[in-house]
Amino acid sequence: MTVLLSTIATLSVLGILAAVILYFVAQKFKVEEDPRIDEVETMLPGANCGGCGFAGCRAMAEAMVKQDDISALYCPVGGAECMKSMATYLGKVAPEKEPTVATVRCGGVCSKRPRTNEYAGAKSCAVASPLYVGETACAYGCLGYGDCVEACQFDAIKVNPETGIAEVDADKCTACGACVKACPKKIIELRKKWPKNRAVYVSCVSKDKGAVTMKACKAGCIGCGKCAKVCAFEAITVEGGVAYIDSQKCKLCRKCVNECPTGAIALVGLAPLPKEPKVAPAAKPAAEKTAEPKAEAVKNESVNEQK
Amino acid sequence: MKTFPLGGVHPSDNKKWSCAKPVEVLELPDVVNIPLGQHIGAPATAKVAKGDKVLTGQLIAEATGFMSANIHSPISGTVTAVDMQLNGQGLRQMMITIKREGDEWMPEIDRSAEIKRECNLDSAAIIAKIKDAGIVGMGGATFPTHVKLSIPNGCKAEYLIINGVECEPYLTSDHRTMLERGEELLIGVEILKKALNVEKAIIGIENNKPDAIAHLRKLIAEKQFAVTVEPLKVQYPQGGEKQLIAAVTGREVPPPPGLPIHVGAVVCNASTSVAIYEAVQKNKPLIERVVTITGKSLKEPRNLLTRMGTPVAKLVEMAGGLPEGDVKVVNGGPMMGRAMVNLDSPVTKGCSGVTVLSGKEANRVEAETCIKCAKCVSACPMGLEPYLISKMSKKQMWDGVESERITDCIECGCCQYTCPAGLPLLDYIRLGKQTVMGIIRARAAANAPKK
Amino acid sequence: MANKFFVAPSPHVHSAQSTQSLMRDVIIALLPALAVSVWVYGLNVLLVTAVAVVSCVLFEFLIQKYLLGGASTIGNLSAVVTGVLLAFNLPSNIPLWIVVIGAAVAIGVAKMTFGGLGRNPFNPALVGRVFLLIAYPVQMTSFAKPTAGQYVDTFSGATPLAAVKANLVEVSDVNLLNMLNGMMPGSLGEIASLALIIGGLYMLWRKVITWHIPVAVLGTMALFAAVVAFMKGGGSLFYELPAFHLMAGGALLGAIFMATDYVTSPMTHKGMLIYGVGIGLITMVIRLWGAYPEGMSFAILFMNAVTPLINKYVKPKRFGLMSGK
Repeated sequence: MTVLLSTIATLSVLGILAAVILYFVAQKFKVEEDPRIDEVETMLPGANCGGCGFAGCRAMAEAMVKQDDISALYCPVGGAECMKSMATYLGKVAPEKEPTVATVRCGGVCSKRPRTNEYAGAKSCAVASPLYVGETACAYGCLGYGDCVEACQFDAIKVNPETGIAEVDADKCTACGACVKACPKKIIELRKKWPKNRAVYVSCVSKDKGAVTMKACKAGCIGCGKCAKVCAFEAITVEGGVAYIDSQKCKLCRKCVNECPTGAIALVGLAPLPKEPKVAPAAKPAAEKTAEPKAEAVKNESVNEQK
Repeated sequence: MKTFPLGGVHPSDNKKWSCAKPVEVLELPDVVNIPLGQHIGAPATAKVAKGDKVLTGQLIAEATGFMSANIHSPISGTVTAVDMQLNGQGLRQMMITIKREGDEWMPEIDRSAEIKRECNLDSAAIIAKIKDAGIVGMGGATFPTHVKLSIPNGCKAEYLIINGVECEPYLTSDHRTMLERGEELLIGVEILKKALNVEKAIIGIENNKPDAIAHLRKLIAEKQFAVTVEPLKVQYPQGGEKQLIAAVTGREVPPPPGLPIHVGAVVCNASTSVAIYEAVQKNKPLIERVVTITGKSLKEPRNLLTRMGTPVAKLVEMAGGLPEGDVKVVNGGPMMGRAMVNLDSPVTKGCSGVTVLSGKEANRVEAETCIKCAKCVSACPMGLEPYLISKMSKKQMWDGVESERITDCIECGCCQYTCPAGLPLLDYIRLGKQTVMGIIRARAAANAPKK
Repeated sequence: MANKFFVAPSPHVHSAQSTQSLMRDVIIALLPALAVSVWVYGLNVLLVTAVAVVSCVLFEFLIQKYLLGGASTIGNLSAVVTGVLLAFNLPSNIPLWIVVIGAAVAIGVAKMTFGGLGRNPFNPALVGRVFLLIAYPVQMTSFAKPTAGQYVDTFSGATPLAAVKANLVEVSDVNLLNMLNGMMPGSLGEIASLALIIGGLYMLWRKVITWHIPVAVLGTMALFAAVVAFMKGGGSLFYELPAFHLMAGGALLGAIFMATDYVTSPMTHKGMLIYGVGIGLITMVIRLWGAYPEGMSFAILFMNAVTPLINKYVKPKRFGLMSGK
């Protein structure tokens, strides 16, 4: 009996002692924090993807609470709705941004871009990219080792084994930008997201001269500029031997698609325009005048979008 | 026998394929491509334009700043282009293309066979001549030699170490140079001693080249050179600069930004020493070098005296062409060389050999999971933990790899060579090292204005 | 061009060692001890070993196929090594169904639960053995008598360690030569001291292991025993006690084959020495003052648990900081 009692007594004393120590330690190391941070954090998606530029959702929540002007903050995953709810809760003004989607700008599928060698090193674009040109003769195209796939937390990007090129699932993509950072070739761009995932973009970033590009890949942009001439919205620029369609200016008119001699302009979710004999160049200024005001009406606010 | 203090591996040296082949002069190429950046530092600035006539040994590109090197025409003829061309890795690089017409040399170059030992120039004049001749480290690192010889303030050179180790498997260009041009090499050492004002000069040679050791020792005794030859244990990477200094002097170069000169050592490659002799005594710039073309499967491995800018394909052709089937053509040796995809790319100042691996040798072993056997840790000559920094680099833990001293890595490849699981350890370590160096540079740049 | 060009970062050559070749060398190194054991205990030894190996490989194959997924890893022979080592830790007359249970625990619980080779924190064979020791203490400690030669039982059927612990015999009465050639009761693989040393030398020669762990373990044990002998008055005990402790029980098997298990031992030479000393100390403490006559398995498992800590805090010598300059 005494054994039992002494056991209970010892344990109780030990327990109380530990509790007292814990209490004082907790008091000493207590951190005062704005309770709103916890609240805001629960409103964020909790993906901790870093798409906002902070280390994680907690850091973003802290910034949201601490900064008076939150116009520079944006959670690409939660989107406008999420930003709005947080701003209402905090009594601040939410920034507005158009939804964007990651776009892989390389059309050099296996059949169009012949392989010249076999890479046997670590399967990582970041390792292979500084080493050499890649398994094809194009130094700009998608390597297909999937650094972007590794970076994506939303299972939205996959390397298609048939084409050897990364493909984005636009419905899953949250435009967090992780893949954009992960791609050493800078092929992936966040572009304006149209309804039904429609898109028109130049699916090539090769800065090689036309002849060199042609030799390496049949689907490459040779920088001929035909698309830029036909564009009624000045959305297309040709720089460094490669055309670029500004997704904020593009109206998906699809005229450029038919012009491209190599088929480097990708068209998604839309049928191509019927082939016309030739678009008269004179039509351009007229189209511009009529289209411009409309463009304003669509509320095309300037967005500082990543290159 | 002396060796370095930590790690190391013993790959089979495969020197037998070419070590007994005397150096042959390769016939002059019809067209050469001369990259402007074939040394560490800023690429040279082209001094010629399309249509210009040049003579052999004429300056065609000038060093851009101190950390750069001059480039001279290896042949005489007409410049046909100064444009982007594909290098060995299939990437575009600025090159000067020259079409050959005869072989007319610059008149001031002494082409006689006579060996000139006496040198009355002072240190500054010697270094100036070396700089003019565009000499860079010919062991592969291509560090401009005049920069190495310009001792920073507060430092004092005590040892001149000539690197005749050639620890890379297969390669034999330094070996043949030591055998065939021993006297010139030793005069080069004398000149270097004068330039650096040092007393002790040691030639480190791996013990798998007993003929070279004996030959140089005989020359030193006969012609009374104040140089010693130090045979070193056959162990890779004995020829790594830091490893060689530690083996010969027992001193260890401190971690980055520590330099060899901080322990009083200057290391210079054996072939570079011959080039220095030619530059100082014969006015001959660095326009040709001995290149080993070798491989188990080649019909005729060779050591060829090759003009810079000669297409690698020409060397391969001289060796009997590529074998059938799977191949890997490596610019350099198999431990540190770079795999090539474009054989039309030119031989450059740092190209000591071209190794052709074929069949099973060409591909890697399949990677399994790490079994934590600790072989990489034992093999690392810098005392790192490759398994750990490789894994952390793969996970992009840049802060972690920096504190694990990834910048100490000399990329020798011992870890990956020894890994029984066949893991691509160095692939990721190299990635991590490059990234961390970038972060360190960015940090330095960000901190600079504050002080 | 008919050539297929391969490209990869350097290095472009690789040593001949692979996981499979290393494991094969371990198996070869274990064969002499197995042969001695067959000589001492008869063919039953082979049966126990075969059952252990087959069940280990089978469990690994099945778990890989139906639970873990991914390519089968039985080709790297690590399951075979686990099987042999498990068998080496069992009495030769153990019921075979117990062997199968041991293999199930070793592979299923200690190895595959953590993701297979390279990820297990504890030595699988030892986990299997300790599980069996606790679950089936009677079967695990009833050893057959050696059948070879003119064996004279001085231990009353117990292992030398148990006999000494129970004060049945004095250490000075033990025939050390018999212990060297395996003429003593014990687990089937731990008795052949000389054969185990030969196996260890083979692994050193083939560069499968380094000297650090075995030397640290055995050195610590010998030193400890010598100190104890000194306390007891010295004399011939000075060499008898260390020799007895090195050859008795699982000391050699543990130090050479179990403690050197790659996955569960430290990565640096310094760490290996600390780990080895720890095993030696704990083993001796258990042997001399613990409830069990033998403490090798517990000591190794305990130090396995410490290994991650050692890896974190014990770093290799860094080049450039050693010389005075």
